[in-house]
Amino acid sequence: MTETLKITNLHVAVEGKPILRGVNLTINRGETHALMGPNGSGKSTLGNVIMGHPNYEVTDGTIELNGEDISEWDATERARAGIFMAFQRPMAIPGVKMADFLRHATTNVRNPARKEGEELIPMRQFRKELTEKMEQLRMDTEFARRYVNDGFSGGEMKRAEILQMAMLRPKFAILDETDSGLDVDAVKLASQSIAQIGKETAGGDQMGILIITHHDKLLDQNTPDFTHVMLGGKIVETGGVELAHELYTDGYDRIRASYPEAAVAEQVMAEVEAV
Amino acid sequence: MIATALSTTGFSQEVFDAFLAERDEPGWLTDRRVAAWSQFNKLGMPNNRDEEWMRTDIRLFHFDRFAPFAGIEAPSELPPALLATGVDLAGRSVSLDSRSLSNEISDECAKQGVLFGSLDSLVKEHGNLLRPYIERQLVDPNQDKFSALNAALWSGANLLFVPKGVKVARPFHSFTAMSAGGVDLGKTLVILEQGAEATLLTETASTDPEAGGMHCGSIELILEKEARLRYVNLQNWGSGVWHFAHQMGHVGANAGLQWTIGALGSRLAKVNQHVALTGPDAEAQVNGVMFTHGKQHLCYNTHQHHKAPFCRSDLLYKSALQDKSRTVWRGMIKVDEAAQRTDAYQRNDNLMLSTAARADSIPGLEIEADDVRCTHGSTSGRVDDHQLFYAMTRGYTRQEAVRMIVSGFFQQVFDRITIESVRDALGEAIGRRVRDIEE
Ligand SMILES: Nc1ncnc2c1ncn2[C@@H]1O[C@H](COP(=O)(O)OP(=O)(O)OP(=O)(O)O)[C@@H](O)[C@H]1O
Ligand SMILES: [Mg+2]
Repeated sequence: MTETLKITNLHVAVEGKPILRGVNLTINRGETHALMGPNGSGKSTLGNVIMGHPNYEVTDGTIELNGEDISEWDATERARAGIFMAFQRPMAIPGVKMADFLRHATTNVRNPARKEGEELIPMRQFRKELTEKMEQLRMDTEFARRYVNDGFSGGEMKRAEILQMAMLRPKFAILDETDSGLDVDAVKLASQSIAQIGKETAGGDQMGILIITHHDKLLDQNTPDFTHVMLGGKIVETGGVELAHELYTDGYDRIRASYPEAAVAEQVMAEVEAV
Repeated sequence: MIATALSTTGFSQEVFDAFLAERDEPGWLTDRRVAAWSQFNKLGMPNNRDEEWMRTDIRLFHFDRFAPFAGIEAPSELPPALLATGVDLAGRSVSLDSRSLSNEISDECAKQGVLFGSLDSLVKEHGNLLRPYIERQLVDPNQDKFSALNAALWSGANLLFVPKGVKVARPFHSFTAMSAGGVDLGKTLVILEQGAEATLLTETASTDPEAGGMHCGSIELILEKEARLRYVNLQNWGSGVWHFAHQMGHVGANAGLQWTIGALGSRLAKVNQHVALTGPDAEAQVNGVMFTHGKQHLCYNTHQHHKAPFCRSDLLYKSALQDKSRTVWRGMIKVDEAAQRTDAYQRNDNLMLSTAARADSIPGLEIEADDVRCTHGSTSGRVDDHQLFYAMTRGYTRQEAVRMIVSGFFQQVFDRITIESVRDALGEAIGRRVRDIEE
């Protein structure tokens, strides 16, 4: 049976302020979805909610993994169940080396029952794998000794997020603007790597991918089976890859005109934000 | 060996007389002790009207609850020496309840004229050599009741003396243990003659992590010109121990001191840590790591005293606080008129792991020279929720994430320690405690 991440009628508020207003989205493993939408429409919020960020309150609807409602699970459980997000703005953890961080992370995700203090994946195996992945991403191995995202350039951070995805081998991955901050060549490489990692995931079954982007370059090697447009906290339209190209070239005027109710919601959100 | 009079509770005249009678020390030293003893009796207990003691309440501390040199039965096993694990040493010394137990020094060092081990016995053999240093009294016996007491009764003390030009690559390690309810009146005296180099690791611990007791100690570091000392001092007393310490380093021209303190233990600690840069181009780096829990109260008064021009001092103190614990840091940079082109820095960061913990951070500057660069900073904050969430999305449990973030917080201090084995040993010692964090 194909594994599925299913979001139904999801309403989310932050500090009492509604942001998502009934999102429906179903991702099967092996599928690639693109999510586009204007700034502030709620894309990152959706990602954060799927990951279990405690500041986002689910006021209605469900998030299901293979039929099980996971909206009460904490982020740890979701990560260990195989859900991953490459952050739009990854956090720095000063004083913690990338390699140490990833060794714990990798062990935890691959061995979800692990309790703290229990054995980590053997150093040699881990090193070998990490070096391999870093080479694929053309990252200097020195990188592993640097502190997590501490003083990383925008592009380095995004690469490091992809590296983490490669090591964690999730079932479902959300890539939140992983292309922003990368130069042209790096976007190409990222696009290839994501496609590659998507095929390689554990268990033979491929990854289910949600690519949040404002561009279409990342989609070159990851042709979306579905492209969704978010506006005012709702997915208002779903199409194929051609929709992604259209939005990238023409912007959101047509969308706003076609979905006046969501366009109004967008206005309201922007005003609340301004207050 | 222990006279009956010595088991009298408290710091009485009989205790002092019996102590002197038993020591068989050179007359000049006895004179010093007698003078300090009279000072101890004259000085009153510090109280909270005194700026220095305002935030540190010692009303529950009473000298007469303690029995110095009482001959408490020695435990069969000493606590593990955390800093010595996996480090190739040039010498080691051990004391228990202010009595020296064992002293070793490598043949190579001994041949070069290095002295290391019990100051109590070395002062008898090398009185002429040591007398001028001891009589400098870097720690002033008149400063307060605790400095006076230590000057009068120090025992089970450590000495490291490195002669001119001798560079010792491997560290020395000295371990000071205290049994439950015991008293430690230790002293550490380090003398590096011109151009000498050494590393000293000292640690103090109770035989039982929950033990009570009292430590009233002193540290004196004398670096003559061009000398280099790396000194690590880990305080890991039991959770009931009262810790009073006066610490002073003098750094001569072109000399360099790297002084790292780690504080994990004790119920209450009041420490004066003072570094004086006494010759041009002297340099001092002071690192502090404090990790508190329960109702611990750790108070550090630090002093960076620039007496000569072209000197650099750089202090970084970091503490992480759990439960209802409290830390106080008062830092003073003092620049004398003569100390032009001073470059001085002090910084204190506090990571609050509970809402009931409290950290006071009081930096201070007193500058009499006009061509100087002095900066200070302090931060206090909680573990960042976004950092926690980020780590949890990578499969970390919340607690594991907190521990990792705390380790990282301290790592920034460890990174300043240039000797890998020392850095690792200290990191590991603190890491053990970090692994016990519970939210
Ligand atoms: N933690 C938060 N606290 C307050 N407001 C928030 C928070 N997270 C999101 N919002 C608000 O919710 C709205 C949607 O934000 P979100 O980050 O999801 O947008 P986005 O679609 O990812 O935008 P972009 O394309 O700029 O990344 C915005 O108005 C934003 O300010
Ligand atoms: Mg976003």
